[in-house]
Amino acid sequence: MKQLLTGNEAAAEAAIQAGCRYYYGYPITPQNELINYMSVRMPEVGGAFIQAESEIAAISMVHGSAAAGGRTMTSSSSPGISLKQEGISYLAGSELPCVIVNIQRGGPGLGDISASQADYFQAVKGGGHGDYHTIVLAPCSVQEMADLVYDAFDLADKYRIPVMILGDAQIGQLMEPLEFNKKQINNLPSKSWSLTGAEGRKRNIIKSFYPVKGELEVFNAHLQRKYKIIEEHEVRYEAINIHEADIILVAYGTSARICKEVVKKSQRFKFRVGMVRPITLWPFPKEIIRKISERVQCILTVEMSTGQMVEDVKLAVEGRCPVHFYGRTGGGVPTSLEIIRKIVEIVPDNRAANTLLQLAEVK
Amino acid sequence: MHAIYEKPKSFIDTPTHFCPGCGHGIVLRLIAEIIDAWGIRGKTIGLAPVGCAVLAYNYLDIDMCEAAHGRPPAVATGIKRVHPDHVVFSYQGDGDLAAIGTAEIIHAANRGENITFIFVNNAVYGMTSGQMAPTTLLKQKTVTTPSGRDPINSGYPIRVCELLAVLDGSSYLERVSLSSPENIRKTKKAIEKGFKTQMEKKGFSLIEILSPCPIYWRMDANEAMKYIDEEMTSTFPLGVVKDWENKN
Repeated sequence: MKQLLTGNEAAAEAAIQAGCRYYYGYPITPQNELINYMSVRMPEVGGAFIQAESEIAAISMVHGSAAAGGRTMTSSSSPGISLKQEGISYLAGSELPCVIVNIQRGGPGLGDISASQADYFQAVKGGGHGDYHTIVLAPCSVQEMADLVYDAFDLADKYRIPVMILGDAQIGQLMEPLEFNKKQINNLPSKSWSLTGAEGRKRNIIKSFYPVKGELEVFNAHLQRKYKIIEEHEVRYEAINIHEADIILVAYGTSARICKEVVKKSQRFKFRVGMVRPITLWPFPKEIIRKISERVQCILTVEMSTGQMVEDVKLAVEGRCPVHFYGRTGGGVPTSLEIIRKIVEIVPDNRAANTLLQLAEVK
Repeated sequence: MHAIYEKPKSFIDTPTHFCPGCGHGIVLRLIAEIIDAWGIRGKTIGLAPVGCAVLAYNYLDIDMCEAAHGRPPAVATGIKRVHPDHVVFSYQGDGDLAAIGTAEIIHAANRGENITFIFVNNAVYGMTSGQMAPTTLLKQKTVTTPSGRDPINSGYPIRVCELLAVLDGSSYLERVSLSSPENIRKTKKAIEKGFKTQMEKKGFSLIEILSPCPIYWRMDANEAMKYIDEEMTSTFPLGVVKDWENKN
């Protein structure tokens, strides 16, 4: 049955469907629909909801419920996610599974409350202290928000890792029809490593402190091996027109929605535009971008930031083709026409010459 | 013949990392004694802080969780929500509980969490080489108050039990000390009462334990015990501050 929900509400309901029974949050715009929804739904399914005293307390409560074996989630927006970084580092260091939703808003500082993609670095490069990663999933529709939040809990448990959903104000507050088509989970198998009271077994300890010289290096090597396995198995992306394209757009989330429109409009151009939409921002779909870079004229990365993901695109391309960037910030959302203008500007001269006339027809 | 003295089974037989004359070993042992006597090893989960007691999980043979500095009350809350019928206790020092974790402890108390907080107050940051704690006494010399704590620059020692007593969510608050065998027995009784408070779902309990730190008080073990009785207790008076069984 189709329902009409905001992305924030879809994230909350998908978490419930995935068996999340412990939610802790702190109000912040533009993710308020999520915490509000949870305050109603968690008691209905016998789960725990706490409006925490701070973002730091909320992520620490997540730490506790994760350690105790529950499926647990918190959500916030950019300034709040900055506060949660302490906890996220501890969760990563303690190898605890959980889901963190970031409905990005503009920064730095208090910034504004409109859509932004300026937390990319923070999300994919670790964010807190130490050598670690979280899996980062970037939905570009309300349906995908629901699907990815659901999957996020499985990924978190599979690898004992925090998973971040990186949305933005637009994805969070937009209403679209969606369907919850995955199996509702009510009882999860217990986790042998979790804290349940050491009845009839050896004690379990959840910690990230390795004070004996050498131990931490061994642990970090273990984490890196785990990250490598995730990079090998969990990359997700959507590819459009990549085989015939002369130029490839790379974008995620709201920017990707607009880039899809550009690809559609480009059917009237003399050159072909294709697109790669990373769904996992970490692990980043670098292999497909590397392959594409061997044959396209150039790549254009579009973001609502001053250029963050473009660095990962360049790392994947390793100079095989030019990589360009178009971005807006401070609540600015790129329009398809702006992106097309940028394409015309960067496409090699012999191709672009034929294209300017075509542009006049594009609305 | 019956044994009149044994090492508690829940207390792991290993040398501790604590300095000579430190009180942490005594408190951890008391917790282990209660866990054994009450047979609750299988339903007890402990929280270790950041500070001298971070390695508490090396000594207690129970399920334990580490938390970021000051966050044990929030982490314990998350654990208690998953296991509402378990005994969950949080073991914290003065820097962890009364400085960097002030918000977390106040709000755990305010929610009336059924969790027991073992608050070890030795009026100094031991782990980091003896800096001022929120509970450092006025005129007390520490590494960061070399001329003695002056309230004009450094504020006053925080009385945690009294601070939490005004919150409707707190149920049992008592301040005890480790300065004598008699006081150690009282400390054990207070921890038992704390565990009982949560097992009967009566809400938030906190036992503040005045504990010696001879190394960073720059004195020997005997002088440290005397310092507790003669100096600390005038700022931090011993006794029950709040009790759900004896409401005045």
